Amino acid sequence: MRKIVRNAAPWAIGLTLACSGGLLAEPLQVRVGYLRLEEPPRAVLSNLDTVPADLGIAGARLGLADNATTGTFMGHDYALEIVSLAPGGDVVAAARDMAGQVDLILADMNAEALLSLADLPDVAGALIFNVSDASERLRDADCRANVLHTATEAAMRSDALMQVLLAKRWTKVALIEGPGGADAALAAAYRASARKFGVRIVSDARWDDTADLRRTASAEVPLLTQGFKDHDVVLVADAADDFARYVEHNTWVPRPVIGVTGLTPVAWAPVVEQWGAAQLQSRFSDLAARDMQPRDYAAWAAMRVIGEAVTRTNAADASALRAYILSDAFELAAFQGRPLSFRHWNGQMRQPIPVVNARAVVGSAPLDGFEHARNPLDSLGLDAPESACTAFGD
Amino acid sequence: MLRTFATALCLLTPPALAGEIWVTNEKDDTISVIDIETLEVTRTIPTGERPRGITFNSDHSLVFICASDSNAVQVMDPDTGEILHDLPSGADPEQFVLAPDDRHLWIANEDDAVTTVVDVETRRVVAQINVGIEPEGMAVSPDGKTVITTSETTNMAHWIDTDSKTIRANTLVDARPRHAEFIKDGTELWVSSEIGGTVSVFSTADQAPVAKIAFAIQGVHEDLIQPVGFEVTPDQKTIFVALGPSNHVAVVNAETYEVEDYLLVGRRVWHMAFSPDHTRLFTTNGVSGDVTVIDVVQGEPIKTIKVGRFPWGAATRP
Repeated sequence: MRKIVRNAAPWAIGLTLACSGGLLAEPLQVRVGYLRLEEPPRAVLSNLDTVPADLGIAGARLGLADNATTGTFMGHDYALEIVSLAPGGDVVAAARDMAGQVDLILADMNAEALLSLADLPDVAGALIFNVSDASERLRDADCRANVLHTATEAAMRSDALMQVLLAKRWTKVALIEGPGGADAALAAAYRASARKFGVRIVSDARWDDTADLRRTASAEVPLLTQGFKDHDVVLVADAADDFARYVEHNTWVPRPVIGVTGLTPVAWAPVVEQWGAAQLQSRFSDLAARDMQPRDYAAWAAMRVIGEAVTRTNAADASALRAYILSDAFELAAFQGRPLSFRHWNGQMRQPIPVVNARAVVGSAPLDGFEHARNPLDSLGLDAPESACTAFGD
Repeated sequence: MLRTFATALCLLTPPALAGEIWVTNEKDDTISVIDIETLEVTRTIPTGERPRGITFNSDHSLVFICASDSNAVQVMDPDTGEILHDLPSGADPEQFVLAPDDRHLWIANEDDAVTTVVDVETRRVVAQINVGIEPEGMAVSPDGKTVITTSETTNMAHWIDTDSKTIRANTLVDARPRHAEFIKDGTELWVSSEIGGTVSVFSTADQAPVAKIAFAIQGVHEDLIQPVGFEVTPDQKTIFVALGPSNHVAVVNAETYEVEDYLLVGRRVWHMAFSPDHTRLFTTNGVSGDVTVIDVVQGEPIKTIKVGRFPWGAATRP
């Protein structure tokens, strides 16, 4: 029950700093690159939710501003260079240009492009933060030692959703799967998480995308859902957020619709306001004139991870920062009620997952009672024994 | 456990249970006034929006309230509950400290990365000092010469010289520092770090680290042990530390820096205030919306008092 630490960690140096870094001869330069490969426009039914042009980038800018304030007291000078490529752009060429100037890179791109970036000899010594891609392979067999992930993996979110269902005893799920490959991958993640937590998929159906559901949902969705066995919720695997919104309130029996609409697990949402989150939300909306989205949060977190590591180590080179970030000493306060840190087996950032509806947070996973030998946050996503990643050593 | 401490207190005269505890209710825009003798809420007083920090002047004739969402510090007559006037506070005042001269109020402006100094007599802003992101904890040294602002996202204690109103030094602490106090006649500065889960102790003479106190409660994951407010006994030997969502208050020996006990209180415990005779400690429990009364001599909670929604700050009125 008793515990006392007196400067036990090697990092806990008693750093007293003269103001404005007056004692430091030259400010430490911390240069970060943001490399984005834009996605082709999504063809979706609803025109309501547009994708902001500065998605992700605005989050990095806020993280830069947060770091810069701390930097003024530390004698650390932060800079952010942003490169955004049109869909199909040459990531490798852009990365080569960037590599000479920065060795800290926020990568906002799909998994293919990210791997082509990470495997470039020019950036072998760089530290790359994946701020956008959720796919399992990057945390599994296709992990890379020079890539850390502040984007959540899909399984972290599907696990969070299943924890909420289990806590509510809503354990009979009807699953509707969209027609795309990404929908199939999302459905697979839901199925795996359901197995992990003992939630049952009692019925499933495929949605085909030929009709305009904005006009026909009230006719078509009851038919689609009429044959479902007795179920507590309807879970929709709709990766592009295309048709799920038209399923809600159109089902044959009145059931909550969950997944990307209704009740949804996210890295961040406008309804997150506890743990000082309201401050982050207001700083972000002051800067970007819109709500903070999950990709913005991942980019903000990556910048703050860099800032925290630079502050504690007084270093700016990628290898020193990587070692500190992956050490037990690292923790980031990130407005989610628990310190964030990184998994030493695949470089994934641990974070709570808010499970939200449009107006409120319903729960923040890990929920009470979901334990883990290492850290309750590791009840979400790919755990050490499941991951085939070996790039990080043991 | 607390035997030495308890024995010492037992030698004192029996408690004279008079006075009030004033609690700000962040989500009700009210203050709950608790009678220390009856342990009941006797008054509920409306305030500006989102009241958080609360403090009395030295003769307790005025009470100052940070009305965060009203962007004002309100000055209230504690007898009538009437708001006498607002002070200019800068945006989003969260926490403050009144200098020993009763004249200068030092305010942390959470949204603006600024510490604002207000002259409470002329009601004017005297100075604004740029500090780190999300300033919160405020402390003033007993000689009035140094004010501390802690900034939650920058993870620093800023040492501000009160004469020149400039930052003299910055010390890094663990993640998300929330509260600071000078103790032992101002020779030590204690700073709690909510996400870091520690309390750092510095020597004020040279800002050197003296100790770092960590906490461990059986059955509670360390990530949920989040130190926030703390209060010091008059003999400066014992410090009670509120541990947030672990729902416990730690009893820390200020001489050995060891944790001696953990007391169960309400949910997400924030701040605390002693009864005037220091035999009772009142904790604000944000999530459960109540106040736990701790018998300091016995070292145990004795009562829970329902107050408003999200009680935050606490202050004593003799």
